[in-house]
Amino acid sequence: MGRLRSLLIPGVDKKLLVRDAAKAMPDLARRRFIAGGASLGALTLLTGCDVVDSDSAETLLKHISKYNDAVQAWLFDPDALAPTYPESMITKPFPFNAYYDLDDAPEVEAADWKLEVSGLVDNKKSWTLDELHALPQVKQVTRHICVEGWSAIGSWTGTPLRDFLKLIGADTRAKYVWFQCADKDGYTSPLDMRSALHPQTQMTFKFGDEILPRAYGFPMKIRVPTKLGFKNPKYVVSMEVTNDYKGGYWEDQGYNSFSGS
Amino acid sequence: MSSLAATDDHVSPTPAQAAPGVQPKVIQPAWVRAMHWTNAVAMTLMIMSGWQIYNASPLFGFRFSHSITLGSWLGGALLWHFAAMWLLMLNGLAYLTTGLATGRFRRKLLPITPKAVASDVRAALTFRLAHDDLSTYNSVQKLLYAGIIVVGIVVVLSGLSIWKPVQLHWLVTLFGDYAIARYVHFVCMSLICLFLIVHVALSVLVPKSLRAMIIGR
Repeated sequence: MGRLRSLLIPGVDKKLLVRDAAKAMPDLARRRFIAGGASLGALTLLTGCDVVDSDSAETLLKHISKYNDAVQAWLFDPDALAPTYPESMITKPFPFNAYYDLDDAPEVEAADWKLEVSGLVDNKKSWTLDELHALPQVKQVTRHICVEGWSAIGSWTGTPLRDFLKLIGADTRAKYVWFQCADKDGYTSPLDMRSALHPQTQMTFKFGDEILPRAYGFPMKIRVPTKLGFKNPKYVVSMEVTNDYKGGYWEDQGYNSFSGS
Repeated sequence: MSSLAATDDHVSPTPAQAAPGVQPKVIQPAWVRAMHWTNAVAMTLMIMSGWQIYNASPLFGFRFSHSITLGSWLGGALLWHFAAMWLLMLNGLAYLTTGLATGRFRRKLLPITPKAVASDVRAALTFRLAHDDLSTYNSVQKLLYAGIIVVGIVVVLSGLSIWKPVQLHWLVTLFGDYAIARYVHFVCMSLICLFLIVHVALSVLVPKSLRAMIIGR
């Protein structure tokens, strides 16, 4: 043990150290705390509770959240599939969730609705619902995980987003696909391109084999089983392929932007 | 010099290292103390922000009072939780590595036998459990300290399962599924809080143990 201590505080006379201890114990404790390898950050957090709600703490936390985006992008395996479940495990009733009550959910008229496509794509034509419904569709039974912690298993059917991106000649080297929605106070969300190209990421038109009901995002939802629920926008009206980070409804309020699962 | 004298009083050398002129032995080496207090900060941040996250979708019929949570809303609490997790994990990893490499875990925490635990529990309940030598743990201490290390590992693994249920789906399988991992995470937090109640109460009852964790002896 003595050998270890001398390694940790090289060049310190132990006799003097003990005398110091007698003189100023808290001081010594603090110094040896640092000597033991505690980070400056830990000390900053230790020094006072007022730091908790200050601007500097918030700035630091936002920086760490950006760093966490990078870590998650690194962890993200484009071939790792979200677990799928038998239909018997579908959660009934599947919860409605939004920043408003169901009564305030957008009521989209199918005839008036068109999906606008913009940004780094070859073909910027907008799409009617009938045109989209004519595209090949696949079904997935996956777990929707909310940022709040709860989860529910649902059945979603639609066109893989990567097939659609290929169809419209999107530049898949771009960083994001950015979605805008018809929600009453607006709703946007950026999706990183690698997640957009994930085989299970889907332009969803049906829930439980029925045309998507109003509660679950009629006429179109983006289902991303590798992301938390708030990164699965409903009532989508436009998508833009872009290199710019355009922010999102919840992302701008502090939810981690990558929020991958 | 009075405090030096007091130091000598408390560290009554055992025959093993009772050579005259040898200075008082270090009970808690610097790395243990540094990592202990780093962990204390990280754990506090994790638990308080975790309570706020729990409140967004409670597993049971209660919520934690806003006055004891960190982050003021779900978004803020998540920022704290996913920041402090690095401090907790890196410090915890360093602690496990050093504890195993130096042989401290083996020396301090093993062996734990049911018989010794039972006899020490009996002694503790009748207030006959000695605390004279802080450098040696009794069986109840061994069990609690080894146990809390295991709980610490499980709380991190269940937390990683909740954070990355797709990328770490093999880890989620270990717990059953995502929903069960949330309960495991909660139970581990509760065990850590129970441990903390006992741990802090005893450090107040035996102040020299707190001092050892601050200045080493």
